[in-house]
Amino acid sequence: MFRLLSDPAPDGVMLSLDGRSVLVPPGISLAAAALIAGLLPTRRTAVSGAPRAPYCMIGVCYDCLMEVDGVANVQACLTPVRPGMAACTQRGLDAAGHV
Amino acid sequence: MSEPYDLAVIGAGPAGAAAAVQAAALGLRVGVLDEQQTPGGLLYHSVTRSPLPRDGVLDDSYWEGAPLMQALLHSGAEYLPRSSVWNIDRDGGIGVTRDGQAQIVHARHVLLATGAIERPHPFPGWTLPGVMTAGAAQVLLKGAGAVPSSRVVLAGTGPLLLLAATQLLRAGATIMALLDMAPPGANLRAAGYLPRALQAPGYLSKGLALLGAIRRARAPVLRGARHLRATGTDRLEAVEFVARGRRRHIPADLLLVHVGVIPNTVFTRLLRIEHEWNARQRCWQPVSDEWGRTSLPLLSLAGDGAGIQGGWAATHGGRLAALDAARALGRINRAERDHLAVADRRALRRHRAIRPFLDTYFRPPSWLDDAAPDTVLCRCEEVTVGDVRVAVARGSRDPNQVKAVTRCGMGPCQSRQCGQPLAQLVAAETGMPEHAIPLHRLRAPLRPLSIGELAALQTRDAA
Amino acid sequence: MSPDVIIIGGGLHGSSAAFQLASRGLGVLVIERDHVARHASGASAGGVRRVRRHRAELPLAMESLAMWRRLPELVGSDCGFDACGHLLLAESDMDMAWIAQRIELTRSLGYNFEEMIDAEELRRIVPTVAGGIRGGIIARDDGYGNPLVTTAAFREKAVALGAEYLERTEVLALGQGGRGWEVSTSAGRFSARHLVNCAGGWGDRIAAMAGETIPLEVKANTMTVTARVPRFLGPVVGHVRKRLSLKQMQNGTVVIGGGYLGRADPEAGTSDVLFDNLPSNMQPVIQAFPHLASAPIVRCWTGLEAYTPDNVPILGPSEHSDGLVHSFGYSGHGFQLGPICGVIVADMVTQGGTNLPIVPFRPNRFEAAGPVAWGASEGTAVEETVPARH
Repeated sequence: MFRLLSDPAPDGVMLSLDGRSVLVPPGISLAAAALIAGLLPTRRTAVSGAPRAPYCMIGVCYDCLMEVDGVANVQACLTPVRPGMAACTQRGLDAAGHV
Repeated sequence: MSEPYDLAVIGAGPAGAAAAVQAAALGLRVGVLDEQQTPGGLLYHSVTRSPLPRDGVLDDSYWEGAPLMQALLHSGAEYLPRSSVWNIDRDGGIGVTRDGQAQIVHARHVLLATGAIERPHPFPGWTLPGVMTAGAAQVLLKGAGAVPSSRVVLAGTGPLLLLAATQLLRAGATIMALLDMAPPGANLRAAGYLPRALQAPGYLSKGLALLGAIRRARAPVLRGARHLRATGTDRLEAVEFVARGRRRHIPADLLLVHVGVIPNTVFTRLLRIEHEWNARQRCWQPVSDEWGRTSLPLLSLAGDGAGIQGGWAATHGGRLAALDAARALGRINRAERDHLAVADRRALRRHRAIRPFLDTYFRPPSWLDDAAPDTVLCRCEEVTVGDVRVAVARGSRDPNQVKAVTRCGMGPCQSRQCGQPLAQLVAAETGMPEHAIPLHRLRAPLRPLSIGELAALQTRDAA
Repeated sequence: MSPDVIIIGGGLHGSSAAFQLASRGLGVLVIERDHVARHASGASAGGVRRVRRHRAELPLAMESLAMWRRLPELVGSDCGFDACGHLLLAESDMDMAWIAQRIELTRSLGYNFEEMIDAEELRRIVPTVAGGIRGGIIARDDGYGNPLVTTAAFREKAVALGAEYLERTEVLALGQGGRGWEVSTSAGRFSARHLVNCAGGWGDRIAAMAGETIPLEVKANTMTVTARVPRFLGPVVGHVRKRLSLKQMQNGTVVIGGGYLGRADPEAGTSDVLFDNLPSNMQPVIQAFPHLASAPIVRCWTGLEAYTPDNVPILGPSEHSDGLVHSFGYSGHGFQLGPICGVIVADMVTQGGTNLPIVPFRPNRFEAAGPVAWGASEGTAVEETVPARH
């Protein structure tokens, strides 16, 4: 949904998004990386399972919550990317109605 | 546990940076706590590390923030990026988490420079992936050098919407349409404030330049757009609206909405500072005086968090608040404060002259007109407009009661998004004026803190 | 308007009394200083618990539990009541001995709702509990309810039966005249033959307006709630010795209490969380359930609750004034008793007495000579004490 204006190499950061390797510029937020990689939605809500993605990018809306290195509910827009970071779509309510 | 700060500044945007530089110059021990990785706030987001070239996409109104942020880094103030403040107590204890470590730091005086947030504007489909705020697109551009790669629609009103449009155009985005949602007649009413607006430096010429850039790019502008809806199943597929009496449908991948900004009031609400309804700006704001003083003696405010005045005014407000804090702490006396404040007070008066014009010209459309019963109001708990109407019909008279019954505002965003719309909805449903509606009471932590972090919290007693 | 009864305080106890009185055909006016459920009824942890309850309260608690089960027919809502059980963890021989002693006491009183469980049964019920926990005591029919929903349900039912509520109305003075009680408020004067004091943390002030001295202390207990986490916990969990209390709500959030104090300002009607006090609140949680360390806390809150010197409520008729019934000072564990205490108040008003044993709760019991002994519970060590409650 977003593209980079310039190539992230050579000092790019490699991270994994839902198991897919992605190269992004250093210092950007995880939410930015997800949008550049086209990862959408980035979470499903715990209430109804509705799809969500980053909305405000400044830590206000809490719709960019992702699972980062096994820890859920990380605000991706306030989390800088790190080499080797493994982030994935946050699961919400599943079909059986469990969180 | 280290010594308490003389002055803790929360937020490193223009107001916080200017305040910290001023306070440090007066010899105060200053700490600056900011959530981002680099200083700048929203206006100057990433200005010290932006991947963008200096010429091209962003104009001088962005790059002019770099010297101030460099000054902050060299001011002697202790600048603590990635610091997430989750509580401020009435004694100057500040709960903050940095790199996974929570602690309570102490300050003799606290300056909130937490800026503005984009005005929440619930409409059908606003929770769909692919719907974002215009400010979010700016953050992506400034901080990541990223630009929308496919079909974009912008909608709303406000200077920031126009600025974002021109920046995206220059960065090569494909704008399918710019929907001007200003209520009819707003520009005519604003004309009355033009003479006063001319006293304010720079604003009108900048605005005309933005409008010119959009015209030259031949981006289709649709005036009087109403009844905005975002449609799609798992992500945005189309934007629907009514313009010139006709229902329209534009396939799009990204919808950027912006209807102005409102003060970020989470900390002032947590601290139970009095708030007032600003009828012209259509928002609640904490009550403070020209020095940013509040009803809590150790707490001052500066910048848009004290009331929307824009980034240029924020630097002056930040310095004034720092000068008065130095007076309150006994570093300078009243006469010295007033002497040092002359230029900033004069400049602030000039910047204020633009507000009546801007606030009227860019008066936001009422979100209530377009809300459907199933429109989500509380994005966290997925409480709808209809749920709130039922709660009010069953006797809830204020947002706190609605919250208790519906869970509206109980999610992690702590009503940052739904707080003002809910208060407006309660006002509309009860027939009470906005100023009579109390805002949500807030509960710390204002940023989620894990149980483990709180268990390991470093308190003064423990040190 | 000329009601038969004026109830001061619209929280759960006031609303429960309003419901019972209205259903007996009396005209009821409820006067609430703030909005309904602003304080104790809004800050309650929602425990519907008999385990470890003070012996004096047990007869009431048994009757109340029977009402909790019938709430859908009584007030048209289940009030979020979930009979998921209430479990206290034990780690040491001393803890297990405490359990044996406690069960001996309740059995001797004729109750058998408490049960000692061993490590194996404990892990069957709560698989994620940390190693080192030896067993526990469980009341399988206890559970929790939703305080806000419960208070709202009683209120709505009372209103449906004709009761009236005046919120944001402060009682300024009380007097007695020809028509009974005269109540001066910030919204004018009202009179009624009967007056019920359900004013919670302000109950002592209302009593003082009637010329009675009832000692009361207002405290702000802290509650903490997490974001929704995967289901791991059935029963409400406490500890026989540590101040630990947590439960997982049906929506997946975890609510943590334990009686850790915030700062109370009853004068202003406000209270604040004191985060300095909370590391010791969270440490036993992680010790019992290590996987909760990464659970995000969404909010902490405090609410004003009224404590009596002996930690059992003020419940019964005034010994000094006719037509005055007190019901407040539930000392942090009054939620479970809410349904039955409305019946008791209604019995007092309509019949002048009740069949339930409420002598231990005599409102004027602290009037004997000498200073009031705070914290001197009539009970023994195996009953409700200040630190551990729900």
